[in-house]
Amino acid sequence: MSDSHAIGETPLAVEHEARPELRHHFADEQQQRNAASLGMWWFLGTEIMFFGGMFCAYLVYRRIYFPEFAAASRSLDLIVGTLNTAVLICSSLTVAMAVRAAQMGKRKLQVQLLLATIFFGLVFLGVKGYEWSNKYKEHHIPTFHYNVVGGNGDLIKENSAFLGIDKVKNDPVKLAAREAEIQKHTQIFYSLYFALTGMHAIHMIIGVGIFSVITWMAWKGRFTPEYHTPLEIAGLYWHFVDIVWIYLFPLLYLIDRRPGA
Amino acid sequence: MSEHSEHIVPASLYWLIFIILIIATFLTAWIATIDLGKFNTVVALFIATCKASLVVLIFMHVKYTSEKMTKAILISAVFWLLLLLMLSLTDYSSRQTEDNKTTGEVVPVHILSGSVANT
Amino acid sequence: MATTAVLPERKNYINAEHGIRSWLFTTDHKRIALLYLLSITAFFFIGGFFALLVRLELLTPAGDLLLPDTYNKAFTMHGQVMVFFFLIPSIPAVLGNFLIPIMIGAKDLAFPRINLLSWYIYIAAGLLYLHCIFTGGVDTGWTFYTPYSSLFSNSRVIEAGLAIFISGFSSILTGLNFVVTVHRMRAPGMTWSRLPLFVWAHYATSIIMLLGTPVIAITLVLVVLERALNLGIFDASRGGDPVLFQHLFWFYSHPAVYIMILPSMGIVSEIVTCFSRKRVFGYNFVAMSSIAIAVIGFLVWAHHMFVAGISLYAALVFSFLSYLVAVPSAIKVFNWTATMYKGSISFSTPMLYALGFIGLFTIGGLTGLFLACLGVDVHVHDTYFVIAHFHYVMVGGAVLGYLGGMHFWWPKISGRMYPEGWGRVSAIIIFIGFNLTFFPQFVLGYMGMPRRYWDYSHMPEWQGLNVLSTAGASILAVGYLLPMVYFLWSLRYGKIADDNPWLATGLEWRTPSPPPTFNFDETPVVTWEAYEYDKMPLPEEVTLER
Repeated sequence: MSDSHAIGETPLAVEHEARPELRHHFADEQQQRNAASLGMWWFLGTEIMFFGGMFCAYLVYRRIYFPEFAAASRSLDLIVGTLNTAVLICSSLTVAMAVRAAQMGKRKLQVQLLLATIFFGLVFLGVKGYEWSNKYKEHHIPTFHYNVVGGNGDLIKENSAFLGIDKVKNDPVKLAAREAEIQKHTQIFYSLYFALTGMHAIHMIIGVGIFSVITWMAWKGRFTPEYHTPLEIAGLYWHFVDIVWIYLFPLLYLIDRRPGA
Repeated sequence: MSEHSEHIVPASLYWLIFIILIIATFLTAWIATIDLGKFNTVVALFIATCKASLVVLIFMHVKYTSEKMTKAILISAVFWLLLLLMLSLTDYSSRQTEDNKTTGEVVPVHILSGSVANT
Repeated sequence: MATTAVLPERKNYINAEHGIRSWLFTTDHKRIALLYLLSITAFFFIGGFFALLVRLELLTPAGDLLLPDTYNKAFTMHGQVMVFFFLIPSIPAVLGNFLIPIMIGAKDLAFPRINLLSWYIYIAAGLLYLHCIFTGGVDTGWTFYTPYSSLFSNSRVIEAGLAIFISGFSSILTGLNFVVTVHRMRAPGMTWSRLPLFVWAHYATSIIMLLGTPVIAITLVLVVLERALNLGIFDASRGGDPVLFQHLFWFYSHPAVYIMILPSMGIVSEIVTCFSRKRVFGYNFVAMSSIAIAVIGFLVWAHHMFVAGISLYAALVFSFLSYLVAVPSAIKVFNWTATMYKGSISFSTPMLYALGFIGLFTIGGLTGLFLACLGVDVHVHDTYFVIAHFHYVMVGGAVLGYLGGMHFWWPKISGRMYPEGWGRVSAIIIFIGFNLTFFPQFVLGYMGMPRRYWDYSHMPEWQGLNVLSTAGASILAVGYLLPMVYFLWSLRYGKIADDNPWLATGLEWRTPSPPPTFNFDETPVVTWEAYEYDKMPLPEEVTLER
């Protein structure tokens, strides 16, 4: 409905009077649509600041703990991450096409594209789950038997020069101290990694929920070339979540992938 | 965004943007493996910004809207985020870190005496 | 709210529908405003109760009334309840909700159901916070500083943090609604330059709500995660930086103080023009200064952190920017004063509050400049000087503006006049009580009395001023209670109000008191500028008798 747009929490008034009737306080449909659109854009603005706070924390720590961040970043699977990014981009394509189908009044195509969008979203979430389970196995989840020195998730061996291990190799005290630091500072990376990707995933899940409703509405034929505002603004939300990932991917996965640093 | 409903973006353009985004994704992953020194980060963020701009302009129809507010909101929010980042950096980039570069330990400067605080 | 048989039979938003369901499921912005009024008043009492505990403890130098942990909880919850559950919603959610659509000639806000949702979110947050209070409370100081809040406190930090996180969404949705409403719902002819300054003030406030609140939301999430999972992002012993929390916290919480003061300034603009019977001096400057305060207000946050460990360079930058932010505020004070010059002034209750605001806000604002000066701040940071400063602006400023606005628009909201004599008496009692409470605190702070101390027996000579302060607080409490009593009284026994008892300009005075559900029978077409008091009849006495 035009004024109960997607807001990241399930709206209280879940009843959907999805008939494109003009709500009483609007003078005409154009005003109603403009208001809905402006509302969603402003909401996306707030989301930029919401993720932005975490970007700030990330930025600060990346600057001061660059080697540890780079080492931890390398433990993320580059190929899986790249492919997952592509999956999300596919979903953006399908949702943009779905809006286009609505503009052209093609109900069946709308529904197919919306289902494809949800499918890609779920694939993305599934892959993320797979990545996280890998992190668990490698003991890279903070506070859950976290360990990056030795064992499955060792970060030292491959990055020893980068992390300054080579310099202190021969001094057991300094080596231990450095390793302790690496444990702590990489843990900050992973904390932020899970906070960022976790928050992103929550937004994806909410997006999938919203799009399930939207798909149902499309199936019921509620969207016409004249009225498809809920689909449009849900699409804006989805694209935004995609854009957040477009930034998360290089910031988390590509800190330093130069071979043999 | 709102008055665009009269303007229907051709499917071919959507496909084109999609292909560009996919290529850019693989490109950014590949470039990260090449040593560009300090520029790796710059290039990665530049590519990300290009991708984001394409999504915003074409997929989100900002290119086709006559709504000034949409662009104003986007620019304001991004600018505000930059405020948060930049002004926080005035603190972090001006703290003393000389003593412990390899470990990257942060040593705050006490504002009264200008000397390094006891850690 | 009460409906009585004595109100005119004309249908208005109060008697349009009956029954609790019609209130709890309303989408009428005016009813939602009243829902908020009840809720924030309740929280005001709760916050006031905690203040009472603090002031009673400080009557004697020894810590003899409360346990130290309990004292910590008292001042923490006083601050959090007052800031997050009273001050931030108060004017926007009550007066803003009620008036903005009417002032711009609209039938409702842009998103009425989101408006109701916003109230429910506020209530959910409030209930969670109440639960926190009753299951042990939180003792971190209202500012939640890490690493105490994230690692060491034994109090209900997660619950309090989550409650405030949720309340932030209420704020964001209100701001969203206001911005879209002002952009899209103005009546024909209501151009930006004809908007009442009340609307400009709320527009600027909404920008702050939208761009600032998400940052504290994510910050509280990080603290909750840190505490729940023992992460270490803000723990120095694990490479974290507690000061990072402060940067993120204050990035919102400083602009938050402008959320609290800007709407109040908007109210003062409305009152001062009406009771000087003059157009506002420098409309453009006052409107633009609201925007300037909103923008510059985002650039100054680290002035709360001068002695926290930020670099000297950063401190200098933020000190300089903090001086800048005083300029638009000062512009407003000059313009209000110039508005009153050669005006036809009447000292009605709203005007008394507005005048009180101007004086007390000036003092509060100027002492803010003292604090912005690095050298002075080193001496008075974390003393009662700071406490006095922010109470001058938040109580002497925001609360006085809120009360002035409640009096000014009470006839419109309720259809009744409050008793003017009692109104003036209460305003004066509040003014006296307030100054008695907080002026001594400037002195105490300058003499070195630290804030958040449960016991000052190392300096028993501070007792005199503390006793004075507590005495003032009791007078202030009386001043607060009186309006609550006579407003309620007026609902049944107050004189029936005209549509425009103050002969004020503004579209809200062209609707009946109280307005019908859809505000206007016909959408108004605006062809006049704001504040055309020169074209209004000069009343013999603008205020009501008694």
